[in-house]
Amino acid sequence: MDSATKKNLQKIACKVRMGVIEGTYNAKSGHPGGSLSISDTLTYLYFNKMNVDPKNPDDPDRDRLVLSKGHTAPALYSVLAQKGYFPEDELKSLRHIGALLQGHPCIHIPGVDMSSGSLGQGISAAAGMALAGKIDNKSYKVYTILGDGEIEEGQVWEAAMFSAHYGLSNLVAIVDNNGLQIDGPITEVCSPEPITDKFAAFGWHVITMDAHDFDSIDKAFEAAEKVTDKPVAIIQKSTKGKGVSFMENQVGWHGTAPNKEQYDQAMSELSAQLKELED
Amino acid sequence: MADIIKKATRESYGEALKELAEEYKELVVLDADLAAATKTGIFKKAYPDRFFDCGIAEANMMGVAAGLATTGKIPFASTFAMFAAGRAFEIVRNSIGYPHLNVKIGATHAGISVGEDGATHQCNEDIALMRTIPGMTIINPCDDVEAKAAVKAALDFNGPVYMRFGRLAVPVINDAASYKFELGKGVVMKDGKDVTIVATGLMVNEALEAAKALEADGISARVVNIHTIKPLDKELICKCAKETGLIVTAEEHSIIGGLGSAVAEAVTECCPVPVVKIGVNDEFGHSGPAVELLKEFGLSADNIAKTVKEAIKNK
Repeated sequence: MDSATKKNLQKIACKVRMGVIEGTYNAKSGHPGGSLSISDTLTYLYFNKMNVDPKNPDDPDRDRLVLSKGHTAPALYSVLAQKGYFPEDELKSLRHIGALLQGHPCIHIPGVDMSSGSLGQGISAAAGMALAGKIDNKSYKVYTILGDGEIEEGQVWEAAMFSAHYGLSNLVAIVDNNGLQIDGPITEVCSPEPITDKFAAFGWHVITMDAHDFDSIDKAFEAAEKVTDKPVAIIQKSTKGKGVSFMENQVGWHGTAPNKEQYDQAMSELSAQLKELED
Repeated sequence: MADIIKKATRESYGEALKELAEEYKELVVLDADLAAATKTGIFKKAYPDRFFDCGIAEANMMGVAAGLATTGKIPFASTFAMFAAGRAFEIVRNSIGYPHLNVKIGATHAGISVGEDGATHQCNEDIALMRTIPGMTIINPCDDVEAKAAVKAALDFNGPVYMRFGRLAVPVINDAASYKFELGKGVVMKDGKDVTIVATGLMVNEALEAAKALEADGISARVVNIHTIKPLDKELICKCAKETGLIVTAEEHSIIGGLGSAVAEAVTECCPVPVVKIGVNDEFGHSGPAVELLKEFGLSADNIAKTVKEAIKNK
């Protein structure tokens, strides 16, 4: 990836993070930690990988993304707003009565390909979309993002078995391995490790990447493109709360909104990061 | 009358899928390792490229169906009622119901007439479960003719549909040549003025038999077939309540949350008259031949006639 592209993605990702903070602050609820850990990946997908057009969100040939870890909707909404699916201002009414942006992704929101949020279900829907692509010989790709805690759900492994059985090479599942879930570190709650071995054992091609390094992200998705006979799992090593110093690696920021003081600090940190990138 | 032809509605389901596949190019069928029992095997044999076995994993099957539907496919997700409505309930609610996707659920082996497999497989709760999902259409056909028509109606309707089929061969009571299926409309099978028996599924035939017996005893019973339990034909139900002043419901399902509950809910709002419910009481089933179980649990013409007589006494 050339340095100009990389810098541009970094800038967008920074704005996406600001949208996450804006949304959860105004909602007085929501899930900033896991939203920040997937912000770079979502930015990369929507601005450098996926064939999507905000002017034609229902294009049958478009690439699709199902946010299986639907509680991190603020990141998805923020990236969709950056992409132009709806005005950024919508983020300020996230989770409000009568608002467009629901607490978890809803298929009726422009750019959202599937309702999700009850954990373990999104990957099955993504598999269904990928199967349809195979049936009709379409060239679109389907991406789905799962939490590392989410893969404790049995349905994930039903979907993993199904996707490998039907050779859904047009399906890429990204596991956001930030190591933390609501009750604590994933290894202490009810460990889903070893994650890479599990997906490999289920017949998937497994790739690992650094979720906050666009070179690593680019390399992983480029490698995923070359797989033609099986679904691909990208296990991304990430930092929960990435980009906001006091949220990083803190389980408490899984599902807590920043107060005014924390909002100001987070925004000032992100603004400084953006300014540095723009200089 | 000619010899009575009997056929299980699951058989009708499998045949209808095969018959309609040519016309409906987007129709695909999913099953969860029960193709031989749900009869989707009939479709699989004719259209192997449009049949996808999901293995014994119903939760994923419902999610895959949802994903297929987002692309314009019309998936028929098939398994036993116990697993379709029971095990996969939350996936049906959140991945199919909430986004209101065009998924058809073909749930076979519903009710006590599963027979020998016993209580774990006798799903008497599926109508109750599915009724609570906003926007879910529920069809419970009474015979082969109606079952086939229901599959076509489900295909022509854009939205999630739960179709309930049985394992047991039941009499074909509708005439294929003249039958017309209207989604959401009840059918007056026989007119009467003293009571209305509102029945669904295999209980429609029992209700007709009961009405014949009651006629001999001087009781004029109207029989209404409710094939679409949701949305319920409230207009017809309320008309019957007004005109006959008494309703007896009959279903092969728990008396909690099924047809009887739906009818009672409607009647209390528009024309409060007594509603007496016949169905599986608040208990589990057990193993035994289907026909004997139906009798034992009161799902018979005899019990309907008896219940109607008692209800009329109290009218």
